[in-house]
Amino acid sequence: MQTRTAKPLAEATVGVGGGTVPGVTPGPSGQPATAATFAARDRVLRARRVRRGWIALALVVPAAAFYGTFVLWPMVQTFQLSFWHWNGVGEATWAGFDNFVTVFTSSTIVGSLLNALVLIVYFSFLPVLLGLVAAAVIRKMATSRLALVARTVMFLPQIIPLVAAGLMWQWMLSRDGMVNEFLRLIGLGRLAQPWLGQSSTALGGVGVVGAWVALGLCMLLLLAGMTKIDPALYEAARLDGAGAIREFFSITLPSLKGELAVCFTVTIIAALSAFDIVWATTRGGPAFSTMVPGVEIFHLGFFSRRVGEAAALGVVFMILVLAIVLPIQRLLRERD
Amino acid sequence: MIVSATEKWISRVLLILLMIITIMPFVSLVLTALHAPGSEPGGMSVPETAHWGNFVEAFQQANMGQLMWSSTLIVIGVVPISLLIATLAGFSLGHLRPPGNKAIFIVFLLGMTLPFQAIIVPLYFQVRDMNLLETRWAIILPLIGLFMPFSVMWMRAHFMKMPEDLSEAARIDGATTWQLFWKIHVPLSMPALSSLGILLFLWTWNHFVLAMLMVTNPVHRTVAGALGHFQGQWGRDIPLMMAGSVLILLPTLIVFLLFQKKFVSALMQGALKG
Repeated sequence: MQTRTAKPLAEATVGVGGGTVPGVTPGPSGQPATAATFAARDRVLRARRVRRGWIALALVVPAAAFYGTFVLWPMVQTFQLSFWHWNGVGEATWAGFDNFVTVFTSSTIVGSLLNALVLIVYFSFLPVLLGLVAAAVIRKMATSRLALVARTVMFLPQIIPLVAAGLMWQWMLSRDGMVNEFLRLIGLGRLAQPWLGQSSTALGGVGVVGAWVALGLCMLLLLAGMTKIDPALYEAARLDGAGAIREFFSITLPSLKGELAVCFTVTIIAALSAFDIVWATTRGGPAFSTMVPGVEIFHLGFFSRRVGEAAALGVVFMILVLAIVLPIQRLLRERD
Repeated sequence: MIVSATEKWISRVLLILLMIITIMPFVSLVLTALHAPGSEPGGMSVPETAHWGNFVEAFQQANMGQLMWSSTLIVIGVVPISLLIATLAGFSLGHLRPPGNKAIFIVFLLGMTLPFQAIIVPLYFQVRDMNLLETRWAIILPLIGLFMPFSVMWMRAHFMKMPEDLSEAARIDGATTWQLFWKIHVPLSMPALSSLGILLFLWTWNHFVLAMLMVTNPVHRTVAGALGHFQGQWGRDIPLMMAGSVLILLPTLIVFLLFQKKFVSALMQGALKG
């Protein structure tokens, strides 16, 4: 902010030309400076500032145009459509709050919102927790050869399409997939089951896919955070007789507040807005047991042709995400 | 730092275990892809004879060449335009800071946490009304809009760090805003731009929803969109579907392994800023 106030001053000096003392400087015509020439100069400077302001605003226009057309405008329309009954082709009729009543009373829709909350446990808590433990254990070998290889390997889930992750895991979790085969191999064959094919385990199965995708990123972010902690703190703790666990809770965890907030934000958004993974594994089934808001909006809007309800769910969905993510973001800001 | 031997071993074992968990789905994918087409292999079984022909078969059936070209076209449509307009906006909001820049930035931030499916229905009707359905523009244009909040925020953060003196010096030498941008700031922004470019490339290449919704023909989609289509087409022939998936993942994996340092740092920074 300091630079902002300094700018007009600097411009003024440039305007006067070479930083000579005002009042002694000869005017443009060689005459001694008068009040009139100063006023003229002020006008020129102000005009330049205004012009630069307009140029600067003009630079934002292309980005704002795309963002406005393809994000903000549909957002406005989502609010608008949520108050109408419309099947996407015919005439729309006023609905008042009908659509919102449906959103909060339909068991499928409420279920989809609840499922999204459950997915937070899998997509977010699980990888952050595992990532934290793993990073704490391997902290001291963060620069070893093995750790560098691990860095590459554990990033793989981040660079493939989520649909591919879903597809691979659909196979992993299928009747003869690797998970069941492994269970049979270690003599736990009676636990083998079609994980994604039955309502009782399908949501957990989808959750595992999300956890698999997020684990590497979380671990590496937390590990990067840990390597920034001053080793002297640990030496001091050791001298004071602190064990590994005490060390973790008194030094490591408090120093990672920022990184943890990042991990939680990224993964919680991924959980709430899960679409690709669900689509590729279960499409919301069986019996709506893995239905999530993203897929439900899709169903309502494009298959059932209940555009108003899809829009109302969209509104509720946006508010839900903001209500959960903004407090975490605030925590993140505190660090800066 | 003092590390005891047991600690070292526990660390190593844990790290290897994590790597195995990460890599196993890929291993299963490749193993299954090598089984006889139409067979129903187990997830851990190694085929007696490797059917490399599956890859050829999948490549031809899926029109893989055209598919890759389609994704490439979409990336070419999205990434350069996004980089250019995000850099302009970021330069303005982060460096020139015209009156109202904070308010404008907050409006952009609004889109950061937006769950994109929330607006998908009106977006579809809008693209339909623009007569863009079934064309790649139906994927390209909305994607640029969707990427703007992050991209503008990214470039703004970069330009906030640039010293004011630099611009002052150029101004004294008589540079216009335009020259200041192209001659001074763009060349200095290359690291930020290349990281953003990598992220945008990945997000475009891997984008699924718009591709599935706006374009029916899989060879006009993104790679991820086509993958969704295979699932319906080859659902029963698991080895062939896995072979197709391997082929589809291959280009990204190769690019990743070639530029892994840049990718890892871009993705980590991307998460930290997002």
